[in-house]
Amino acid sequence: MTKVENNKAWWLVMPVFLIVAFSAIIPLMTVVNYSVQDIFDPYTRYFVGTEWFKQVMTDSRLHDALIRQFIYSFTILAIEIPLGIAVALMMPTKGRGASLALILVAIPLLIPWNVVGTIWQIFGRADIGLFGAMMAELGINYNYASEPMHAWLTVVLMDVWHWTPLVALLCYSGLRAIPEVYYQAARIDKASRWAVFRYIQLPKLTNVLIIGVLLRFMDSFMIYTEPFVLTGGGPGTSTTFLSQSLVQQAIGQFDLGPAAAFSLVYFLIILLVCWVFYTTIMNMQKDK
Amino acid sequence: MSLTLNNVSRVVDGETWIDNVNLSLEPGSFNVLLGRTLSGKTTLMRLMAGLDRPTNGQIMMNGVDVTGVPVRERNISMVYQQFINYPNMTVYDNIASPLRLAKMSNSEIDRRVRETAEMLRIDSYLDRMPLQLSGGQQQRTAMARALVKDSQVILFDEPLVNLDYKLREELRQELRALFKARNCIAVYATTEPNEALALSGNTAVLHEGKLLQFGETAEVYHRPKDIITAEMFSEPPINVVPGRVSETEVTFDETVHFQLNNDLRPLEPGNYRFGVRASHIGLVPRSDDDLELPVQVDLAEISGSETFLHVHNPHFDLVLHLSGVHEYHVDQQIKVYFPTHKLYAFNESGRLVHAPAGLGGR
Repeated sequence: MTKVENNKAWWLVMPVFLIVAFSAIIPLMTVVNYSVQDIFDPYTRYFVGTEWFKQVMTDSRLHDALIRQFIYSFTILAIEIPLGIAVALMMPTKGRGASLALILVAIPLLIPWNVVGTIWQIFGRADIGLFGAMMAELGINYNYASEPMHAWLTVVLMDVWHWTPLVALLCYSGLRAIPEVYYQAARIDKASRWAVFRYIQLPKLTNVLIIGVLLRFMDSFMIYTEPFVLTGGGPGTSTTFLSQSLVQQAIGQFDLGPAAAFSLVYFLIILLVCWVFYTTIMNMQKDK
Repeated sequence: MSLTLNNVSRVVDGETWIDNVNLSLEPGSFNVLLGRTLSGKTTLMRLMAGLDRPTNGQIMMNGVDVTGVPVRERNISMVYQQFINYPNMTVYDNIASPLRLAKMSNSEIDRRVRETAEMLRIDSYLDRMPLQLSGGQQQRTAMARALVKDSQVILFDEPLVNLDYKLREELRQELRALFKARNCIAVYATTEPNEALALSGNTAVLHEGKLLQFGETAEVYHRPKDIITAEMFSEPPINVVPGRVSETEVTFDETVHFQLNNDLRPLEPGNYRFGVRASHIGLVPRSDDDLELPVQVDLAEISGSETFLHVHNPHFDLVLHLSGVHEYHVDQQIKVYFPTHKLYAFNESGRLVHAPAGLGGR
């Protein structure tokens, strides 16, 4: 049998190629371009090979920012995922209560990032903020502007407040998709509340949780606006995450070459970690 | 183990879902709940299980009132239309789950799980996850979970609906055999009259939340108490033709007459509604008493190797259930033969007053 070549099909996939090219490949290639050259002006450039990458990889400030970033992302995942599941389990399922709970839970999600930062900036102040005043009442000398630990915890708290609702809503929708008969069957089996959660609800939530973990990881790994508004990366470098470092380098110091190399490394780290998460969860499911 | 429902009703949001049902199920019996969708089969089962409480009435088990006893404290199992298994447990663990919750010893659990799995022919899939099985095997797993513990009552809520035709017949036969040796009460809900007949045992006909008739399946089939029961318990529904009985003859709609035969002679003169099963009307006369009727074809519905022939004459519609494939044009004029000695007669309020003698066959 002879194979019939039909090149017309290429025209059909053309639009997708074009969209992907303009939305992802061309911008990314620009960054690649900067990362391997030293560019002074549009006519003066030198190819430097992997030099910027070497510089970035050995930069201890970036190492610190990376470690800080990982600790931060894992902390908020460890808090937001269980908390989100718990909130979803406690939300009412029927009647007016259900709509009311949905609206209340969704409110933080509707607030823009920089506004969240501003809200907490005021909220956390001891003189005019409710949270700051409360901490002062409790006898804690809370000051996010001067205490590194306080600043870090405030950013974590802010993120938990802002994004746990997303996990809760995802889980809530997952829970609603479980047919009522499963719960009935469990009651007939005399299964405990824990067993219902462990053997019915959790397995049925796996898919939405994968999405939840990935989204929350990616977003938190790229966090920029909130700490920028709240603390500007300080005090010291306590809330200087990867994005802050990158911006300081690219815009603050105008070191475009290293900044571009750093962007690529940053992108690859996120890609790698997401891939690890995804395959781990998928394998866990298969083994069970 | 006997299960008795005394004047049980369930009202939800002002709507009566179950209306004053009295039912007594004997130990070791196989009972079919027959009724269309929304007739209250599932609701009644949930009441029997203790998943819901009746609004009125009493539920007794072995003479003990269990109306308020929640499902967790009863000993029942239920199999659903959907294949309900724990998704991340193996087939073995799924079947073992009710025994583990009952704190049985491991060796006893193992023995029972293997025995039940063998009975349901899933013993070679014990290490698989439910989703790696076919629909039929998933439902077998769910059934094994229900059968593995010694429940007093096992409820089947249309368990075979989501399976294909062949599997359904196969599982149905096995199911019936499984219960022959057991001393528990089996309750099986279905919408299909043929399924009720195939399962035999007892049949309870439900309609709009009311229990129309309960008795041995063959008895209910052959002697339906009223028109609705007769219609519910035959597929296609029994033909109903209004008629008049005089001293000497029967008249259908003023036009069709036949001599009052011995069968129908005890009927008082007056108005009746006559029922005749779709399978009793033929294309050729089967006895001398058969009444020839010229009719016009509306539709020939071919289903497998059977044909449902819808016909009408100027006064009434009839459905014939013929074996074999028959093709007719619309509006074709044909003659059908009406068995005058196989008529059911219902009085004007719809109660059965006469059933054909010599029951048996269809």
